[in-house]
Amino acid sequence: MRIKIDPDKCQGHARCYALAPELFSVDDYGYSSVIGDGEVPKELEEKAKLAIDNCPEFAISEVE
Amino acid sequence: MSESRPVQDWKTDFDVLDSQYIADPFSIWDELRGSCPIAHTDRRGSTWLPTTYEDVTKIAHDIERFSSTEISVIPFEGVVPEDPVLLYGVPPISADPPLHTWTRRLLLPWFSHKNVDAYEEMTRELCKSLIKSFIESGRADAAADYAQQIPVRVIAHILGVPSEMADTFTEWVRDVLEFADDPERRMKGIEGLIIFFIEELEKRQSNPGTDLLSVLLQSEVEGEVIDARIALGTAALVLIAGVDTTWSAIGSSLWHLATHPDDRKRMVQDKEVWPLAIEELLRAYSPVTMARVVTEDTEYEGCPMKKGDKVLMNFPAANRDPKVFENPDQVILDRAKNRHVAFGSGIHRCAGSNLARMELRVALEEWLSAIPDFSIEEGKELTWAGGQVRGPRQLPVIFK
Ligand code: HEM
Ligand code: SF4
Repeated sequence: MRIKIDPDKCQGHARCYALAPELFSVDDYGYSSVIGDGEVPKELEEKAKLAIDNCPEFAISEVE
Repeated sequence: MSESRPVQDWKTDFDVLDSQYIADPFSIWDELRGSCPIAHTDRRGSTWLPTTYEDVTKIAHDIERFSSTEISVIPFEGVVPEDPVLLYGVPPISADPPLHTWTRRLLLPWFSHKNVDAYEEMTRELCKSLIKSFIESGRADAAADYAQQIPVRVIAHILGVPSEMADTFTEWVRDVLEFADDPERRMKGIEGLIIFFIEELEKRQSNPGTDLLSVLLQSEVEGEVIDARIALGTAALVLIAGVDTTWSAIGSSLWHLATHPDDRKRMVQDKEVWPLAIEELLRAYSPVTMARVVTEDTEYEGCPMKKGDKVLMNFPAANRDPKVFENPDQVILDRAKNRHVAFGSGIHRCAGSNLARMELRVALEEWLSAIPDFSIEEGKELTWAGGQVRGPRQLPVIFK
């Protein structure tokens, strides 16, 4: 599983970071980016899905 | 006070200050979603009330047609002075880009995760000392003695203003938000805030510290120090936005836990559920409704909106939309799909959301660890405030 964030959509709600700090990092302004190339380790896939389902801006998606 | 005629038809003549709307807005939104998802009223000026998640979030993102230059749910009826010290309003919340963009950037780092972590300890100590003051008596007003006392002191600390003035700050903020339909009280609150912050800012011109007020004053944008009126507006905003809102969220959550023993027990026993539970409480009891003003005559989803009309950004109703949330009227502590918009949607996303979440979590942690079992005290008055910010104002509880 691989995920990405659309920086034009992200408004810095930080829901992703709160749910899965292993996968996301936020800057001083609250905007989020995926750590590394967005590859999700098997054991974190549930958390990644949770982050996708909780972003109010629909900014996180799975890369097909 | 403005009109208080009881509402007969919510579709064409709604009133957010109606006692029925304050007590139970949820069933009114349900009815509207099914019959007229964008209601209208001419009370306090022509105003629209969207009730679906889709409309609320779409309008929040459509900043060309829906401007933030008028954000009050209750329009101001007093006289606006000629050369207002608040020439720029209270940015970023009352601004559109470009003013919004750079004033928001001044504020955001103060409420980053990293900075918010640093306020957790003082918040926790504050909660503990409040609980200590009433725990022996076996009863408390969980709104007035607890929830109301927390955010105002944390914000005072961040701004660098005396926390002994907490009651005065609370009074001013309530005048501005909760008693907005009383022009005299509203003016008193605005004047109190302005005069206070002008003095505090002047002190810092000559003798700057490291608090938010000092740093705002010295901020430079494109090589120039910002207009002091912007610093004033932003400082007033942080106090206004940071107090009633968070206190209402804490109060509503305690009301929920007092009246839902199973959820209370689960939160006491299951630490794992907390991150989702906090968001679920924010969703179900979203306190904040904002407004927008229509910038040009336009048709939106069949509604003929006129330039100057207001639209109420009904984030609380969006969060109860059954199309987006399964069983929206039920609090499901471990709700896994929860794209709630309690903190707004789009470019005005609450700048203090990290702080608000921390305060809500710590306030509930400390309460539940000292008072795991509590209920509403019957026979005493329990009151809610509504309008721009909804939450309990008197919440009598008893415990062993
Ligand atoms: C549970 C508590 C809170 C809730 C529910 C809440 C809700 C909101 C909402 C819905 C907005 C968007 C307004 C709009 O779209 O016009 C907003 C904006 C804002 N809030 Fe909060 N808020 C809370 C606590 C705080 C706190 C503690 C602060 C402290 C600094 C704060 C500061 C702000 C600021 C500065 C803005 C304006 C952001 C902008 O316009 O770019 N809020 N808040
Ligand atoms: S939850 Fe969505 S909007 Fe919020 S920081 Fe993460 S990606 Fe951005």
